[in-house]
Amino acid sequence: MKYDVRQLGLISNEEIAAGIFDMKLAYGENKIPVVCGQFAHVYVPGKSLRRPISVCDARNGVLRLVYQVKGEGTRIMSQMKPGASVDVLAPLGNGFRIQSGRRYALIGGGIGVPPMLYTAAKCEDPLVITGFRDASLVILQDDFRRAGAEPLLCTDNGSVGKKGFVTGLLREKMEQVDEICACGPLPMLRAIAELCKEFGKPCQVSLEERMACGVGACLVCAVRVQKNGEELMQHVCKNGPVFNAEEVVWNG
Amino acid sequence: MADLSVQVAGVSFANPLIAASGTFGFGREYSEFYPLSRLGGISCKGITLMRRDGNPPPRIAETPSGILNAVGLQNPGVDAFIRDDLPWLKEQGTVVIANIAGNTVEEYCRMAEKLSETDVDMMEMNISCPNVKSGGVQFGTSCESVAHITRAVRAHCRKPLVVKLSPNVTDIASIAQAAEAEGADALSMINTLTGMKIDIYTRRPIIRNNTGGLSGAAVFPVAVRMVWQVSNAVKIPIIGMGGITTWEDAIEMLLAGATALQIGTVLFSDPYAPIKISEGVNRFLDENNIQSVTELTGAVKPW
Ligand SMILES: Cc1cc2nc3c(=O)[nH]c(=O)nc-3n(C[C@H](O)[C@H](O)[C@H](O)COP(=O)(O)OP(=O)(O)OC[C@H]3O[C@@H](n4cnc5c(N)ncnc54)[C@H](O)[C@@H]3O)c2cc1C
Ligand SMILES: Cc1cc2nc3c(=O)[nH]c(=O)nc-3n(C[C@H](O)[C@H](O)[C@H](O)COP(=O)(O)O)c2cc1C
Ligand code: FES
Repeated sequence: MKYDVRQLGLISNEEIAAGIFDMKLAYGENKIPVVCGQFAHVYVPGKSLRRPISVCDARNGVLRLVYQVKGEGTRIMSQMKPGASVDVLAPLGNGFRIQSGRRYALIGGGIGVPPMLYTAAKCEDPLVITGFRDASLVILQDDFRRAGAEPLLCTDNGSVGKKGFVTGLLREKMEQVDEICACGPLPMLRAIAELCKEFGKPCQVSLEERMACGVGACLVCAVRVQKNGEELMQHVCKNGPVFNAEEVVWNG
Repeated sequence: MADLSVQVAGVSFANPLIAASGTFGFGREYSEFYPLSRLGGISCKGITLMRRDGNPPPRIAETPSGILNAVGLQNPGVDAFIRDDLPWLKEQGTVVIANIAGNTVEEYCRMAEKLSETDVDMMEMNISCPNVKSGGVQFGTSCESVAHITRAVRAHCRKPLVVKLSPNVTDIASIAQAAEAEGADALSMINTLTGMKIDIYTRRPIIRNNTGGLSGAAVFPVAVRMVWQVSNAVKIPIIGMGGITTWEDAIEMLLAGATALQIGTVLFSDPYAPIKISEGVNRFLDENNIQSVTELTGAVKPW
């Protein structure tokens, strides 16, 4: 059986920046291996739908989910206490495809930064670029360092790091990398996809869509893609969340 | 171990729990959770004559104790279903119900004709989809149109024919009678109730289609009431659905008049729900010395 729902023990669930929480779950060693960029579908008591959260890290038997409180579901998650058991369907989806012998630029914007941590751990000498709206929302900088990657930092308002968007930094460094992986808000992903096209570099993007089943059965998380000149519907949970940027129909 | 098997229109189900159309795809994904033979049957994702891409996203919103969806019948078309999915489904050891939808009566008839040549076990005619622009629900909302389409499709359908009813009507019992009179072998109900959810900050409906179909626990009492009303009005069996979440709900739906059950929305929070519900029903029967689940059908004692 490829899928399994598990009750994972909650180790810690701390607020690491304003409204952003870091949930660590005991995943164990012998479970299905997690690929960077995959996601976990988290059951929230009393809710009809699970909440999809990207895997931030899965090393050392700990499944780490870093999430921002947006609505009621993530608020309930933020109140879960150590010792609780969390009902998780994971790992799901197709993650980033990382090949050896290539240098990757890993770009995270805002709450799109967390999945880049485990991705960084899977790459050889990656170039990591992280962008946030404001200094108060900066997360995971030390974690990237511990994973062996010095993250470049920018903020929209210049309150810390370089002022500006991740695309500015990427443009400067483009010649140093072979391929780009990105996660963040849609406008950022679209801009990165355009930049990569301009430089002729392959680009993988992690997309979001509202989900129900999380496994490809209910067809609610549709995204329009083009393959071999033909447009068709695929699904973020099963075909993604990571897609080749040139296959995404950005205004679909 | 009580007898959980049921018969609907001559088709035997090992237990009354059937995966609801549209929530279970063509079964492949959930077969990675448990063998599909643990289910009584599968009602496949609604299929149309030609491939459909469905509605643009977002296609789903969460509401109190329920969800709204507007998938818009995304499916590969009947020929691809017969070629790519049906052979695999038929090997899974469970009853296979093909759920069909169309824009015109002729489309329904052509699909019924094609599927009659295959080894699907039953057809479920969806005349109640609220999420497509033409067809769908419009066939299911008046006695005349239900009678017309049932008569037409009956003439082309050489399998047991289940007519799936819409709850978005004023008098569901007379609609059910119209379907029965024109040769429906069974009824399934309820499809989703049309609803809407608006983001108060953007003032935009969450769902791109603006409106969607409500399902899940929120609709359960409505579904029970409608199954009860229809079971008092017709003789053909009813496959009851709409918000069944626990084994207690399943018993309640059977008592209201259902012979078999479909399970949809609860799968999204608990993929194992149909199995847990079937085990719960079994326990209930044993504890209450009931030999067969069929004894519960319609056994409510109304005041
Ligand atoms: C593949 C994937 C990975 C994600 N990874 C992360 C992550 O690592 N960290 C993080 O903070 N967030 C992540 N998100 C977004 C996260 O799922 C939503 O913020 C969360 O579901 C909001 O739930 P809520 O109950 O707080 O908000 P509400 O608005 O109350 O939620 C209502 C419904 O809408 C859905 N929803 C709302 N916003 C989104 C969204 N942006 N994407 C998908 N569904 C949404 C909810 O799941 C729920 O079903 C990811 C989304 C996807 C699809
Ligand atoms: C995502 C989704 C897709 C659905 N697609 C179909 C469909 O294609 N055909 C159909 O007859 N019913 C469809 N339905 C309706 C269900 O089969 C069922 O009638 C309804 O959801 C009520 O049951 P539930 O509350 O257990 O989900 C769909 C429901 C959902 C939630
Ligand atoms: S969430 Fe069901 S298909 Fe993606």
